Amino acid sequence: MEGLLPELDVVRKDFPILERVLAGGMPLVYLDSANTSQKPQVVIDTMVDHLERHNANISRAMHQLGAESTEAFEGARDKVARFIGAPSRDEVIFTKNASEALNLVANSLAWATDEHAVGPGDEIVITEMEHHSNIVPWQLLTQRKGATLRWFGLTDDGHLDLSNIDELITERTKVVAFTWVSNMLGTINPVAEITRRAHEVGAIVVVDASQAAPQMPIDLAAMPAADRPDLIAFTGHKVVGPTGVGVLWGRGDLLGQLPPFLGGGEMIETVRMESSTYAPIPHRFEAGTPPIIEAVGLGAAVDYLGELGLDAIRTHEHAITSYALDGLATVPGLRVMGPLDPAERGSAISFELEGVHPHDIAQVLDARGVAVRAGHHCAKPAHARYGVQSSTRMSAYLYTTPAEVDAMVEALEYTRSYFKLS
Amino acid sequence: MTNTPQQDLDGLYQDIILDHYKNPLHAGLREPFGAEVHHVNPTCGDEITMRVRLEDGVVADVSYDALGCSISQASCSVMADLVIGKTVDEAMAIHENFLTLMQGKGQVVPDEDVLEDGIAFAGVAKFPARVKCALLSWMAWKDATAQTQEATNG
Repeated sequence: MEGLLPELDVVRKDFPILERVLAGGMPLVYLDSANTSQKPQVVIDTMVDHLERHNANISRAMHQLGAESTEAFEGARDKVARFIGAPSRDEVIFTKNASEALNLVANSLAWATDEHAVGPGDEIVITEMEHHSNIVPWQLLTQRKGATLRWFGLTDDGHLDLSNIDELITERTKVVAFTWVSNMLGTINPVAEITRRAHEVGAIVVVDASQAAPQMPIDLAAMPAADRPDLIAFTGHKVVGPTGVGVLWGRGDLLGQLPPFLGGGEMIETVRMESSTYAPIPHRFEAGTPPIIEAVGLGAAVDYLGELGLDAIRTHEHAITSYALDGLATVPGLRVMGPLDPAERGSAISFELEGVHPHDIAQVLDARGVAVRAGHHCAKPAHARYGVQSSTRMSAYLYTTPAEVDAMVEALEYTRSYFKLS
Repeated sequence: MTNTPQQDLDGLYQDIILDHYKNPLHAGLREPFGAEVHHVNPTCGDEITMRVRLEDGVVADVSYDALGCSISQASCSVMADLVIGKTVDEAMAIHENFLTLMQGKGQVVPDEDVLEDGIAFAGVAKFPARVKCALLSWMAWKDATAQTQEATNG
């Protein structure tokens, strides 16, 4: 098959878990990477090495281990900055996950008293295809500040309905927040077009890149300023890194203006009993001991992806997604939600199978070693838009083979016969 | 001896469960009713609206509108059929018995005299992720029954 990563079997050997044999001697077919990705040996080894040889708290320990740990942690920030083409490494903030990064922005805006203050009459615009992480923080913000939440609807074929963009994004809009790639529909959204419109009216653009960062090249510095989002968030564990660490990138001057989110150690310049002054970014937004080992692991993870090449990963995923869409189309009663053109989507494919509930599908697939996700995928409004309560989702990644897609399609056929649908 | 995944799967999807799933008993929302509740399983989105009517300490009717997987749908059908016509005390005892079975990690031997078709759910207890599917309707029934009693006594 064309487009697959060169030496895919060698790449797969980097991921020890792919050798796992499940109950009943079933080899693992892992198609749940949009949920969390598997980890290459280099990430595991880097974290273990840090724990075994360099462990110390950062920035405050006046000893050799402290210096090594600080260097590793700040080195990870450099790697992440390179990974997304950040104009400045100080614009990279480590958080707990993407949810915390988005909440950081929403909360800081709630406390802003300058031109970024949000209040009655102001509007925040999101979309109907967001993950709950990019809905609930904005609901909380608008409810607490008396502002109005508005959103883009979706077209029947799984795209954002941008036909009313000029009515939705107006002089009243303070923030436009949307996902780069949908975790449910797979849709790749036109980041530049929406950002341009938002910038015309002076709104801040927040992009959830949780699904984009793992599978698409991102080069923020190369984007024209008008098209570049002001803030982007993603999580470590979906880019072959560990859980417990996420990333917020923000335009430096904006981050410098926003009030602090969490107060504590490391985020201060000086503290007196009456009041404190705050550190410059990035530490301004990193109160307390950060997830040091996790950040170091994330640094190794994004370096690993960089070595494979994000263009090559995207091409691989395009080939696998195309193959999977063809395979799914052969299963009677199966309906894919979201764009059917692999060029318009990422590798997460949600579908319905007539007559079988997604839970039951996932259960039968699991008995055959095929790991998929079933449920609402933290995108209940998007499911409601298409009149369904839940769906089954397969999500491939850089290590997915065509044979694994075959195994899933075969398991879906078996599911149909198990529930006596044919 | 450890079961194969296929044996566990067959233990989960017993014919009784699939029959109730395809032809649920007592389905639909009926009047009159003493209380109506809406319960959801936040992790998967399964939902149930349930109405309970009590008459002289007896469960006179259980009616429902449920969206969910085969396990949650079949469980609701079995539950309604079991408790309708029983006194509230008897029904609560069945509820406790079913709860014990579900929380038994597959080690509890079900009592057919008490649970009737409910014994088919013994295999569910081996799948921790599915236990809450089987319990959704039972928890909704307990809630609706308690609310009906409160409304009557209050």
